[in-house]
Amino acid sequence: MSSTTPGRGVSRRSFLALSAALLAGALRPLRVWAREWDQVAFDARNVNDALKSAGIVNPTPSTDIVIKAPEIAENGAQVPVDILSKLPGTDIVYIFVDKNPQPFVGSFDFMNGAEPFISTRIKMGETSNLRVVVRAGGRHHMATREIKVTIGGCGT
Amino acid sequence: MAEPIRMRVKLEGDVADVRVLIGHPMETGLRKDPKSGELVPLHFIKSVTATLNGKPVLAAQWSQAVSRNPYMQFRIKGAKANDEIGIEWVDNRGDSNRASAKVPAAG
Repeated sequence: MSSTTPGRGVSRRSFLALSAALLAGALRPLRVWAREWDQVAFDARNVNDALKSAGIVNPTPSTDIVIKAPEIAENGAQVPVDILSKLPGTDIVYIFVDKNPQPFVGSFDFMNGAEPFISTRIKMGETSNLRVVVRAGGRHHMATREIKVTIGGCGT
Repeated sequence: MAEPIRMRVKLEGDVADVRVLIGHPMETGLRKDPKSGELVPLHFIKSVTATLNGKPVLAAQWSQAVSRNPYMQFRIKGAKANDEIGIEWVDNRGDSNRASAKVPAAG
Protein backbone atom coordinates (compact mmCIF):
# COMPACT_ATOMS: atom_id res chain seq x y z
CA MET A 1 0.00 0.00 0.00
CA SER A 2 1.86 2.97 -1.31
CA SER A 3 -0.44 5.50 0.30
CA THR A 4 0.20 4.23 3.83
CA THR A 5 3.48 5.99 4.42
CA PRO A 6 2.44 9.52 3.47
CA GLY A 7 -0.90 8.92 5.16
CA ARG A 8 0.86 7.98 8.38
CA GLY A 9 3.18 10.94 8.07
CA VAL A 10 0.29 13.35 7.87
CA SER A 11 -1.62 11.74 10.69
CA ARG A 12 1.45 11.75 12.91
CA ARG A 13 2.00 15.41 12.15
CA SER A 14 -1.59 16.24 13.00
CA PHE A 15 -1.33 14.05 16.10
CA LEU A 16 1.72 16.03 17.20
CA ALA A 17 -0.06 19.31 16.47
CA LEU A 18 -3.05 18.13 18.48
CA SER A 19 -0.83 17.07 21.38
CA ALA A 20 0.87 20.46 21.34
CA ALA A 21 -2.52 22.18 21.37
CA LEU A 22 -3.70 20.02 24.26
CA LEU A 23 -0.48 20.65 26.15
CA ALA A 24 -0.78 24.40 25.61
CA GLY A 25 -4.34 24.17 26.90
CA ALA A 26 -3.21 22.20 29.93
CA LEU A 27 -0.52 24.75 30.74
CA ARG A 28 -2.93 27.66 30.66
CA PRO A 29 -4.67 28.40 33.94
CA LEU A 30 -8.09 26.85 33.53
CA ARG A 31 -9.83 29.21 35.94
CA VAL A 32 -12.22 26.40 36.83
CA TRP A 33 -12.83 28.39 40.01
CA ALA A 34 -14.40 31.30 38.12
CA ARG A 35 -18.12 31.05 37.38
CA GLU A 36 -19.09 30.97 33.72
CA TRP A 37 -19.89 34.39 32.20
CA ASP A 38 -23.60 34.89 32.74
CA GLN A 39 -24.77 35.52 29.16
CA VAL A 40 -28.51 35.52 29.91
CA ALA A 41 -28.23 38.00 32.79
CA PHE A 42 -25.90 40.28 30.80
CA ASP A 43 -28.24 40.23 27.79
CA ALA A 44 -31.33 41.15 29.85
CA ARG A 45 -32.91 44.45 28.79
CA ASN A 46 -34.55 45.37 32.09
CA VAL A 47 -33.29 45.16 35.63
CA ASN A 48 -35.91 42.69 36.91
CA ASP A 49 -35.05 40.19 34.19
CA ALA A 50 -31.34 40.75 34.85
CA LEU A 51 -31.78 40.11 38.60
CA LYS A 52 -33.87 37.01 37.98
CA SER A 53 -31.43 35.63 35.40
CA ALA A 54 -28.55 36.17 37.81
CA GLY A 55 -30.43 34.03 40.35
CA ILE A 56 -31.33 36.95 42.61
CA VAL A 57 -34.80 36.59 44.13
CA ASN A 58 -36.37 38.93 46.71
CA PRO A 59 -33.17 40.62 47.91
CA THR A 60 -33.49 42.14 51.39
CA PRO A 61 -32.79 45.88 51.64
CA SER A 62 -29.63 46.38 53.68
CA THR A 63 -27.82 49.31 55.24
CA ASP A 64 -24.71 47.14 55.62
CA ILE A 65 -23.84 47.67 51.97
CA VAL A 66 -21.86 50.90 51.77
CA ILE A 67 -21.90 52.58 48.36
CA LYS A 68 -19.62 55.50 47.66
CA ALA A 69 -20.55 57.22 44.41
CA PRO A 70 -21.16 60.81 43.29
CA GLU A 71 -24.68 62.20 43.63
CA ILE A 72 -24.17 63.95 40.31
CA ALA A 73 -21.91 62.40 37.69
CA GLU A 74 -20.95 64.94 35.08
CA ASN A 75 -19.50 62.32 32.79
CA GLY A 76 -21.58 59.15 32.47
CA ALA A 77 -18.67 57.40 30.76
CA GLN A 78 -16.63 57.34 33.97
CA VAL A 79 -18.69 57.06 37.14
CA PRO A 80 -16.55 56.04 40.11
CA VAL A 81 -18.19 53.50 42.41
CA ASP A 82 -16.84 52.06 45.67
CA ILE A 83 -18.69 49.20 47.33
CA LEU A 84 -18.03 47.77 50.77
CA SER A 85 -20.13 45.01 52.29
CA LYS A 86 -20.29 44.73 56.06
CA LEU A 87 -22.40 41.58 55.81
CA PRO A 88 -20.58 38.54 57.21
CA GLY A 89 -19.98 35.80 54.66
CA THR A 90 -20.14 38.11 51.64
CA ASP A 91 -18.90 36.21 48.60
CA ILE A 92 -20.43 38.01 45.59
CA VAL A 93 -21.13 41.67 44.78
CA TYR A 94 -23.33 42.46 41.75
CA ILE A 95 -23.72 45.89 40.15
CA PHE A 96 -26.77 46.95 38.11
CA VAL A 97 -27.73 50.29 36.54
CA ASP A 98 -31.51 50.19 36.14
CA LYS A 99 -31.73 52.46 33.10
CA ASN A 100 -28.75 51.23 31.11
CA PRO A 101 -29.76 49.42 27.87
CA GLN A 102 -28.42 46.26 29.53
CA PRO A 103 -28.63 46.87 33.30
CA PHE A 104 -26.22 44.16 34.53
CA VAL A 105 -22.80 45.84 34.74
CA GLY A 106 -20.82 43.10 36.43
CA SER A 107 -20.17 40.84 39.38
CA PHE A 108 -17.22 40.29 41.67
CA ASP A 109 -16.61 36.99 43.49
CA PHE A 110 -14.39 37.17 46.56
CA MET A 111 -12.50 34.15 47.93
CA ASN A 112 -9.46 33.11 49.94
CA GLY A 113 -9.07 36.28 51.99
CA ALA A 114 -10.24 38.89 49.46
CA GLU A 115 -12.12 41.55 51.42
CA PRO A 116 -15.71 42.31 50.33
CA PHE A 117 -14.67 45.63 48.80
CA ILE A 118 -14.40 46.77 45.22
CA SER A 119 -13.76 50.10 43.56
CA THR A 120 -14.26 50.59 39.84
CA ARG A 121 -15.62 52.97 37.20
CA ILE A 122 -18.76 52.32 35.21
CA LYS A 123 -20.80 53.80 32.36
CA MET A 124 -24.27 55.23 32.87
CA GLY A 125 -26.47 56.25 29.94
CA GLU A 126 -28.69 58.55 31.97
CA THR A 127 -29.80 59.42 35.51
CA SER A 128 -30.64 56.11 37.17
CA ASN A 129 -30.66 54.00 40.26
CA LEU A 130 -27.43 52.16 40.90
CA ARG A 131 -28.37 48.84 42.44
CA VAL A 132 -25.85 46.77 44.39
CA VAL A 133 -26.71 43.22 45.38
CA VAL A 134 -24.58 41.27 47.84
CA ARG A 135 -24.69 37.53 48.37
CA ALA A 136 -23.79 36.71 51.97
CA GLY A 137 -24.31 33.35 53.60
CA GLY A 138 -26.32 32.24 50.56
CA ARG A 139 -28.84 35.13 50.90
CA HIS A 140 -29.20 38.21 48.74
CA HIS A 141 -29.16 41.75 50.10
CA MET A 142 -29.56 45.00 48.19
CA ALA A 143 -28.83 48.70 48.39
CA THR A 144 -29.76 51.32 45.81
CA ARG A 145 -28.55 54.82 45.17
CA GLU A 146 -29.70 57.37 42.63
CA ILE A 147 -26.99 58.95 40.54
CA LYS A 148 -27.81 61.95 38.40
CA VAL A 149 -25.96 61.91 35.10
CA THR A 150 -25.29 65.15 33.23
CA ILE A 151 -23.82 63.66 30.02
CA GLY A 152 -24.64 60.02 29.27
CA GLY A 153 -21.85 57.54 28.67
CA CYS A 154 -23.32 54.76 26.55
CA GLY A 155 -22.26 56.04 23.18
CA THR A 156 -18.70 56.45 24.42
CA MET B 1 -1.59 43.50 20.65
CA ALA B 2 -3.07 44.15 24.08
CA GLU B 3 -2.02 47.23 25.99
CA PRO B 4 -0.17 46.64 29.25
CA ILE B 5 -1.81 46.19 32.65
CA ARG B 6 -0.62 48.64 35.30
CA MET B 7 -0.65 47.44 38.91
CA ARG B 8 0.06 49.25 42.16
CA VAL B 9 0.21 47.25 45.37
CA LYS B 10 0.47 48.60 48.92
CA LEU B 11 0.70 46.56 52.10
CA GLU B 12 -1.21 47.88 55.10
CA GLY B 13 -0.76 45.48 58.03
CA ASP B 14 -1.67 42.11 56.52
CA VAL B 15 -3.90 43.57 53.83
CA ALA B 16 -2.65 44.08 50.29
CA ASP B 17 -4.37 47.01 48.59
CA VAL B 18 -4.28 46.40 44.83
CA ARG B 19 -5.04 48.98 42.14
CA VAL B 20 -5.21 47.81 38.56
CA LEU B 21 -5.48 49.85 35.37
CA ILE B 22 -6.14 47.86 32.20
CA GLY B 23 -5.69 49.36 28.75
CA HIS B 24 -8.80 48.34 26.79
CA PRO B 25 -11.28 50.25 24.59
CA MET B 26 -14.40 48.66 26.19
CA GLU B 27 -16.52 49.45 23.13
CA THR B 28 -20.28 49.31 23.78
CA GLY B 29 -21.18 48.71 20.13
CA LEU B 30 -23.23 51.94 20.31
CA ARG B 31 -20.44 54.40 19.56
CA LYS B 32 -20.05 55.83 16.07
CA ASP B 33 -16.62 56.20 14.59
CA PRO B 34 -16.31 60.00 14.13
CA LYS B 35 -14.54 59.56 10.75
CA SER B 36 -16.58 56.83 9.05
CA GLY B 37 -19.86 57.36 10.89
CA GLU B 38 -20.07 53.57 11.30
CA LEU B 39 -20.81 51.91 14.63
CA VAL B 40 -17.67 50.59 16.31
CA PRO B 41 -18.22 46.87 17.07
CA LEU B 42 -18.78 45.61 20.60
CA HIS B 43 -15.38 44.90 22.18
CA PHE B 44 -15.10 44.46 25.92
CA ILE B 45 -13.44 42.50 28.72
CA LYS B 46 -15.71 39.72 29.97
CA SER B 47 -13.70 38.28 32.82
CA VAL B 48 -10.92 39.36 35.13
CA THR B 49 -9.32 37.08 37.67
CA ALA B 50 -6.83 37.81 40.42
CA THR B 51 -4.59 35.44 42.34
CA LEU B 52 -2.37 35.63 45.41
CA ASN B 53 0.61 33.29 45.01
CA GLY B 54 -1.40 31.44 42.36
CA LYS B 55 -4.43 31.01 44.61
CA PRO B 56 -7.67 32.60 43.35
CA VAL B 57 -8.88 35.64 45.31
CA LEU B 58 -11.15 37.54 42.92
CA ALA B 59 -13.20 36.60 39.86
CA ALA B 60 -15.02 39.39 38.06
CA GLN B 61 -17.51 39.17 35.20
CA TRP B 62 -18.00 42.38 33.28
CA SER B 63 -20.29 43.83 30.65
CA GLN B 64 -19.44 46.60 28.19
CA ALA B 65 -20.67 49.07 30.86
CA VAL B 66 -17.37 49.00 32.71
CA SER B 67 -15.55 52.20 31.67
CA ARG B 68 -12.89 52.38 28.96
CA ASN B 69 -9.41 51.55 30.30
CA PRO B 70 -10.94 49.76 33.30
CA TYR B 71 -9.86 50.61 36.81
CA MET B 72 -10.30 48.21 39.69
CA GLN B 73 -9.21 48.33 43.31
CA PHE B 74 -9.51 45.41 45.73
CA ARG B 75 -7.97 44.20 49.00
CA ILE B 76 -6.56 40.86 50.06
CA LYS B 77 -6.26 39.94 53.72
CA GLY B 78 -3.45 37.62 54.78
CA ALA B 79 -0.90 39.01 52.32
CA LYS B 80 2.73 39.63 53.18
CA ALA B 81 5.77 41.24 51.58
CA ASN B 82 7.08 39.41 48.48
CA ASP B 83 3.80 37.61 47.84
CA GLU B 84 2.88 37.64 44.17
CA ILE B 85 -0.40 39.05 42.89
CA GLY B 86 -1.49 38.01 39.42
CA ILE B 87 -4.12 39.56 37.15
CA GLU B 88 -5.53 38.12 33.95
CA TRP B 89 -8.34 39.27 31.66
CA VAL B 90 -10.14 37.78 28.66
CA ASP B 91 -12.31 39.80 26.26
CA ASN B 92 -15.21 38.94 23.95
CA ARG B 93 -12.81 38.33 21.04
CA GLY B 94 -10.86 35.80 23.07
CA ASP B 95 -7.90 38.15 23.46
CA SER B 96 -6.29 38.13 26.87
CA ASN B 97 -3.48 39.60 28.88
CA ARG B 98 -1.89 39.03 32.24
CA ALA B 99 0.46 40.74 34.65
CA SER B 100 1.82 40.20 38.10
CA ALA B 101 3.35 42.29 40.86
CA LYS B 102 5.14 41.59 44.11
CA VAL B 103 3.70 42.87 47.38
CA PRO B 104 6.17 45.46 48.73
CA ALA B 105 7.12 45.68 52.39
CA ALA B 106 4.63 47.64 54.51
CA GLY B 107 5.48 51.31 54.39
